[in-house]
Amino acid sequence: MVQTTSPRSLGIGRVLVVVYGILALAATGRSVLQILTKFDTAPLAYLLSALSAVVYILATAALVARGRRWYVVAWVTIGFELLGVIIVGTLSAVDPMLFPADTVWSGYGFGYLFVPLVLPVLGMLWLHRRRPSRPASVETGAAGART
Amino acid sequence: MIEWFTWLQIAVATAAGLLCLTLGLAGRAPADLTLGATLLVEVLLIGQLLVSLFAPATGNVPTGSVLEYYVYLVSAIILPPAAAFWALVERNRWSTVVLGVTDLSIAVMLYRMNEIWFVQLA
Repeated sequence: MVQTTSPRSLGIGRVLVVVYGILALAATGRSVLQILTKFDTAPLAYLLSALSAVVYILATAALVARGRRWYVVAWVTIGFELLGVIIVGTLSAVDPMLFPADTVWSGYGFGYLFVPLVLPVLGMLWLHRRRPSRPASVETGAAGART
Repeated sequence: MIEWFTWLQIAVATAAGLLCLTLGLAGRAPADLTLGATLLVEVLLIGQLLVSLFAPATGNVPTGSVLEYYVYLVSAIILPPAAAFWALVERNRWSTVVLGVTDLSIAVMLYRMNEIWFVQLA
């Protein structure tokens, strides 16, 4: 049985990256469609869709990339997602007319099985565990796993 | 889309996803069983593509957006090879979990495709 020598958190991080990647793909595909085919019906919601798609792409990249700067980008983008899903989720629950069209964050990410609500929390937990103050073991583990 | 074929496909993708997820969390590296299950999901997706291309000729047309339908289908077709590539490059338990996550998200995407083709709520 092949067992990885890298820390457990690194492996979970890989899964996190994949889930982020799929969500980024879904959000991008949807927002491109919305903007191309029916932008006029709900410009605000569709611009928000596009913004969230860009943020998901950035977050995915930031989780893969190394270095302090990307670590900060990861925190900012993931924090933005959490705020987004909470604010838009609440607004769409209070006043459905505000976001007549679906965005990733409407209804707290209901249309995406609540993944957008759960994912930022998992992402923050993971970021907290691999903060750069003790990166040595994680970095070498990653390098070892890549070869 | 053919309804029973789609539901069969969703069932297979869900079963493959749960299998990979379970074996992955149990610490198993990708093997013939898990990669084979994901391959089966991919083959069924190619089948679905052929069905989707030829069904309109027999009067079986999508009730929703054709463009949206194909965005889902093409994305779904790309995912298993990507996950399998990962599984072959990095052989550890988490690659098996990645296979499982991929299969499960394909099940969700198929469900959405089914809605686009047959059910329009708006």
